[in-house]
Amino acid sequence: MLKLIALLVVLCCSASAGATESYGMPKLDIGKGGQCVAPTEWMRKNHMKVLFKQRDETVHQGIRGSKYSLKNCVECHASLRDNSVIGRPDSFCEGCHRYEAVKIDCFECHSSKRSTALVQEESK
Amino acid sequence: MANHSPMLFRTRLYYALLAAGGLVAMMGLYAAHMMEEHGHIITGMNNQVVWGMPHVFAIFMIVAASGVLNIASIGSVFGKAVYKGRAPLAGMLSIALLAGGLTVLMLDLGRADRIIVAATNFNLTSVFAWNIVLYSGLFTFVALYMWTLLERRMNRWIKPAGLVVFTWRIILTTGTGLIFAFLVARQAYDSAILPPMFLVMSFTWGLAVFHVVQSAMYTWNNRIQDPVILNRMKVLLGIFVLGTLYLVAVYHMTNLYFAKQTAFEHFILVSGGIYPWMFWAGYVVLGSLLPLLLIYHPSLGKPKFVVLASLMVILGAFALLYVFIVGGQAFPLDIFPGYEVTSSFGDGQIGQYQPSLYEFLLGFGGLAIAFLITTVGVHALNFMPPQDQPRTEYK
Amino acid sequence: MSDMNEQRRQFLKTSVGAAAVAVAPGMLMFDMARGDTEPVSSKVRWGMLINTENCADCDKCVKACNKENGLSGGLSPTDSQWIRKVELKDMRTERSLALPMMCQHCEEPPCVDVCPTGASFKRADGIVLVDKHLCIGCRYCMMACPYKARSFVHEPLHDQKPDVPRGKGTVESCTMCVQRVDAGKIPACAEACPNKSILFGNLNDPDSEVAKKIRTVASTQIRADLGLDTGLRYQGL
Repeated sequence: MLKLIALLVVLCCSASAGATESYGMPKLDIGKGGQCVAPTEWMRKNHMKVLFKQRDETVHQGIRGSKYSLKNCVECHASLRDNSVIGRPDSFCEGCHRYEAVKIDCFECHSSKRSTALVQEESK
Repeated sequence: MANHSPMLFRTRLYYALLAAGGLVAMMGLYAAHMMEEHGHIITGMNNQVVWGMPHVFAIFMIVAASGVLNIASIGSVFGKAVYKGRAPLAGMLSIALLAGGLTVLMLDLGRADRIIVAATNFNLTSVFAWNIVLYSGLFTFVALYMWTLLERRMNRWIKPAGLVVFTWRIILTTGTGLIFAFLVARQAYDSAILPPMFLVMSFTWGLAVFHVVQSAMYTWNNRIQDPVILNRMKVLLGIFVLGTLYLVAVYHMTNLYFAKQTAFEHFILVSGGIYPWMFWAGYVVLGSLLPLLLIYHPSLGKPKFVVLASLMVILGAFALLYVFIVGGQAFPLDIFPGYEVTSSFGDGQIGQYQPSLYEFLLGFGGLAIAFLITTVGVHALNFMPPQDQPRTEYK
Repeated sequence: MSDMNEQRRQFLKTSVGAAAVAVAPGMLMFDMARGDTEPVSSKVRWGMLINTENCADCDKCVKACNKENGLSGGLSPTDSQWIRKVELKDMRTERSLALPMMCQHCEEPPCVDVCPTGASFKRADGIVLVDKHLCIGCRYCMMACPYKARSFVHEPLHDQKPDVPRGKGTVESCTMCVQRVDAGKIPACAEACPNKSILFGNLNDPDSEVAKKIRTVASTQIRADLGLDTGLRYQGL
């Protein structure tokens, strides 16, 4: 019995290790990168939850200061080459979403570009 | 119900009909896909006329879906034997029409992919949200009702089930009328007479659809309709057509009485181009007077004339709904009473609307879905009214 | 980002006494009332008083709105127009005037009543908005709006403004520049008006400029007969 449990534990660990060790995962252009608003591992699993919560608070209650805003994500993670989080196989959002085969709805309406870059463009 | 003869549906014709219906339905889905891909820019709808051809089709089907149940109610609730045997067909037609109408309505949405949002987020003050409940309720109740009709052990529940369906569909059509009646700002709609008007329209259109389907069934089974029964149902249709005409007249007369509405009535009834045409020629003459002539003229009692009258009533229904829905929006909102108004956004101007092919494809796609469900239903289950059988003769 | 906001708030706080109104053009003092992490409150009701006297030869508010919100400025029946200039002529007296027309931000908005999903909603501070995450594009609100204030996005859009997300298949309208209001600025139309004819402010605050003016000059609500208690009032109509 003990052996069985031990085996299970080992299997589980190796499985989750496999998931975290980015086996076959896309190489992403993480933009400026640096320290994220939360640990990378946690963000990978939960970014949609915090984004959804933040989205409702912003739209309905006007709370715009949160670190979890989509604009904030884009600001840091847009590629330094094209200032966007989508559009290329290694774009920050699109790369991973392609890999996971999950459709991103956000950028049909939201800007995928770094807003500070857009401001600079406009002022030129 | 036990000793019915099997349907003598001609297999080849059956599959040909399925293929034809399937093709039209596919074209409807194609149109929906194109609208999803390119947006509503490929339709004729715009910011002034926001509801167009798809809504004419959808509302016709939804209203008729409720009205066709009248046949069932007369049988199950009011105990008329002639109609009892026709109740299962009426129930099935109701489900078919409702499915067709709702499909069109949903696929016309700007974000049809988010239909789950409509099912999970309810705004309790919205008539639309009530209608979502009413529609799904009707599906359920009619299905239960059909179970009581078709399963002999359930037969003793027919009356209560029929009563529930009867009540529910009256509320449902009231709800459909309220969608428009609650639009306080629009001259065409803000009226308490709309729910009863929709109710009587539903009786008429539902019965017309029923006549057409019933005749087709009799023909394909080489049966002849009992002239006495046909005569009764024909006269009923005539009464409903008159009833609709009466309520439409009252609706326009009350509008004419209010000074602020006379400009709108002048537009719809006289000067509005296509709209008066469709109203007078389409609805009044083709959709009401001619059918009445066919129904009541002593020498025109044959089944084919009843079918013809029913088809005319259906065409008239589309004309009336087009005038009501599109014409009602084309007339500009009176935002500044007493002023002549112009702007870049169509203020003070008659709204332009040219339905596109995609809208027709979508609408006919919905009809095709109703047609497919009906055809399969009639093929798979026995809907021939049993009471008529001793009187009918095989050719 | 948030650091910047923090700095700005500090800066505003310190300069309240002297000349807060002059801190930056279009910047109001109400920023202090609410931080970026607090929900909007019903103590505030945003509104406008629009003086139609000087509107005849000007459409700067329309242009400013298009620029701020990333609208194309196209005038076809399928293009979005959040604000439009309406020319009026009294049918009896022949008096003519012009005014900017937009969402009236009703206290009792019909669009909110009819919306099946609750996508149309009124924020606690009186701004009527569409939550495009909930909007299914049924256009019932457009049928219900007495002011023709809403537009439906008929085509796929690209390059939206980061602060003004818009998208195909949803309904939209004037947001009173909610992104600016939340940042302590006044709406783009109000800022752009060369005659200061669009006065924006808190109707609930008896000391606000707009509330004071409404108390002293004659102003009307459009279609007041409907009893919607609009947040926008017009002077000279």
